[in-house]
Amino acid sequence: MTDELTVERKKSLFTPANTVFGIIVVAGLIATVIRFTKGLSAVTNLTSYYPWGIWIWFKLVAVSLAGAGYVTCAAAYVFGMKKYHSAVRPAVLIGLLGYSLFTVSLVFDLGRPWRLPYPFVVSQGTTSVLFEIGLCVAFYLTVLLLEFSPAGLEWLGFRKIRNVAIKMTMLLTIFGIVLSTLHQSSLGALFLSAPSKLHPLWYSGYLPIYFFITSIFGGLSMVIFVSWLSDRYLSDKMDATYLEEKNGVVLGFGKAASLVMIGYFFIRVFGISTDNSWHYLFSSWGVLLGVELLGFVMLPALLYAIGAREKNVQLIKWTSVITILGIILNKFNISLFAYNWQLPAADRYFPSNLEIVLMVFFITIGILAFRIIASLMPVLNEHKDYQAPTH
Amino acid sequence: MSISRRRFLKWFGAANLVLLPGKTAISSTGHHFNGYPDSGGVLYDMTLCIGCRKCEKGCNDVNELSAPEKPFDDLSVLDQKRRTGNQSYTVVNRYTSSTNPEKPVFRKMQCNHCLEPACAAVCFVKAFKKSPSGAVVYDASVCVGCRYCMLACPFEVPTYEYDEAFTPRVRKCTLCQPRITEGLQPGCVDACPTDALIYGKRDDLLKIGRERIKNRPDGYIDHIYGETEMGGTSWLYLSDVPFREIGMREDLGNKPALEFTAGALSAVPMVVGLWPVFLLGAYGMSKRTDKNAKEETKAAVTVSLEKAKVEADSKLTLALKKADRLNQKEIEKAVKKALADVEEKKDEIPES
Repeated sequence: MTDELTVERKKSLFTPANTVFGIIVVAGLIATVIRFTKGLSAVTNLTSYYPWGIWIWFKLVAVSLAGAGYVTCAAAYVFGMKKYHSAVRPAVLIGLLGYSLFTVSLVFDLGRPWRLPYPFVVSQGTTSVLFEIGLCVAFYLTVLLLEFSPAGLEWLGFRKIRNVAIKMTMLLTIFGIVLSTLHQSSLGALFLSAPSKLHPLWYSGYLPIYFFITSIFGGLSMVIFVSWLSDRYLSDKMDATYLEEKNGVVLGFGKAASLVMIGYFFIRVFGISTDNSWHYLFSSWGVLLGVELLGFVMLPALLYAIGAREKNVQLIKWTSVITILGIILNKFNISLFAYNWQLPAADRYFPSNLEIVLMVFFITIGILAFRIIASLMPVLNEHKDYQAPTH
Repeated sequence: MSISRRRFLKWFGAANLVLLPGKTAISSTGHHFNGYPDSGGVLYDMTLCIGCRKCEKGCNDVNELSAPEKPFDDLSVLDQKRRTGNQSYTVVNRYTSSTNPEKPVFRKMQCNHCLEPACAAVCFVKAFKKSPSGAVVYDASVCVGCRYCMLACPFEVPTYEYDEAFTPRVRKCTLCQPRITEGLQPGCVDACPTDALIYGKRDDLLKIGRERIKNRPDGYIDHIYGETEMGGTSWLYLSDVPFREIGMREDLGNKPALEFTAGALSAVPMVVGLWPVFLLGAYGMSKRTDKNAKEETKAAVTVSLEKAKVEADSKLTLALKKADRLNQKEIEKAVKKALADVEEKKDEIPES
């Protein structure tokens, strides 16, 4: 019996997907060694004009989608939508991994990562937006760990500590929402410091609000997208409650995302109106903004609405992909493409191969970590010893 | 009564002294920082610059930077647009202007030493400081290497030692802080053969600049670049061609970088204070809705139960009444029958 199992396991480990993951991980580890022995110039194309490259882009996207954690907790606990409870754990796991990858990629990006505690303990630069982000992310990562801890503790069988952790749910949820509001918006505020460098169609005094709102529908879409992937690859881990509630989650989150995105579309337009940047629309930048706002905000907002109205779960799932691509495009424009837009082409940045390899490596770690944790711990199901009647 | 009032005022004054210790760097009163008094700067008159690159050499020498690929007297490098670098804190570029395309215009670039520097405002470890001398100085011993200073600098000045694996630093002009504290001039100013660069107190330099523009109104653009740009810089520029034609941004505005993020940062305490209130309110409302729903269900159940009871009661009464009526009829029937029987018997008796 055990022999059979190991054979089956071996077979399942060497799937084409796993082989690709394996190659990426090995390449990533080699690039990591180069990064930390030869310096940033050995693995990146960063220049004095472009101190921030695709890893910053990755961080902005990761944190935006990691909004899944606070948005789902808010819906389930604060707004009392009990039918979304089974979505909380996968969403918190998405959040935890998003922020962990943010921190991991930060270690690669910083010139002297071992000085990461300096802003807190050595010299506090309180006028810096980055100081606030650092503080919030450090706290929020702790909050996410505590929020996810019941799953780990149930898996390990530490009933007493687990029950204490469960009691803190409401407190942690409120903490999490406050911290997320602050740093999600502050990531946008980072770029407020560079009004002369960011294209006027993307630069706005409202950038912090844009980033915060993006994290709401980004988080909602990520929950939908990951539940779709889980359906395909982790369906054996789902229990009856999860299966019963999952379509309701997809429909409800799609509907919510649709509403938020329509609001977001309008505040983006209002931003252009406030700064009177209309004339920039009649340029190639205007076309790009049109693609971003009409193709990747308005269109998915409408598709979500249609999907929710017609109870078309499949349409909503596909729409979540469009929405996430839209967020990737938006962060790309802000951090790279519309940044330093006035520079001549020769001075502009294009990432190096190893820079791309490492970014793919970060994403791969995230996917693998989700798969492993969701397979081991009660994430897509309730642990049979802890099924609370009130849940 | 009067004593206690006086005492109160005394306490009030004392409390003020305790609660307001000195000035704060950023106050909410819209106060504008005009630089440290008597701080130094450089006036760069581009009409006098001949593009000889001696300033580049002077900078290289005093900062002990590595030798460039092409020697400093090789002026062919001017054919390309260069920027500051790890081994070149200052560079001179050549431009052609629309006013006189025949005559080349040279512009030296280096750190402008802002009065309220963007690099200092955005640094999360306070590695940059505006020193009273006028120089914006960098402290590598606390630098984490996030490079936010480079993103924020509107003049594209700081550079980074990307090729250092363990001790990378941000590099930029220091206004020769070690030299000026010794009473010497910055290396570039010292090396300039045409007095295109003058080192002095910023206030004096502004006066000199205005004087030159006044004396030769046709020879200068009527603006001292750096007087107000980004809240003002210690490096001041005079030119006879529009600044935008020689690669200098005219759209930077006169607000110091600190103000771009001040609004966003000021929202932080409000979010911390009010979000929990709103969230608990929302939580309370959802709980209340649940409770109301439960109570309504309960009330509805009670009502329908009562209604059912009333109905049942009335049905019972009806049934009882009906039963009564039936009984009555039965009795009447029985009585009638009995009477009839009696009558019958009566009739029978006389016969017998």
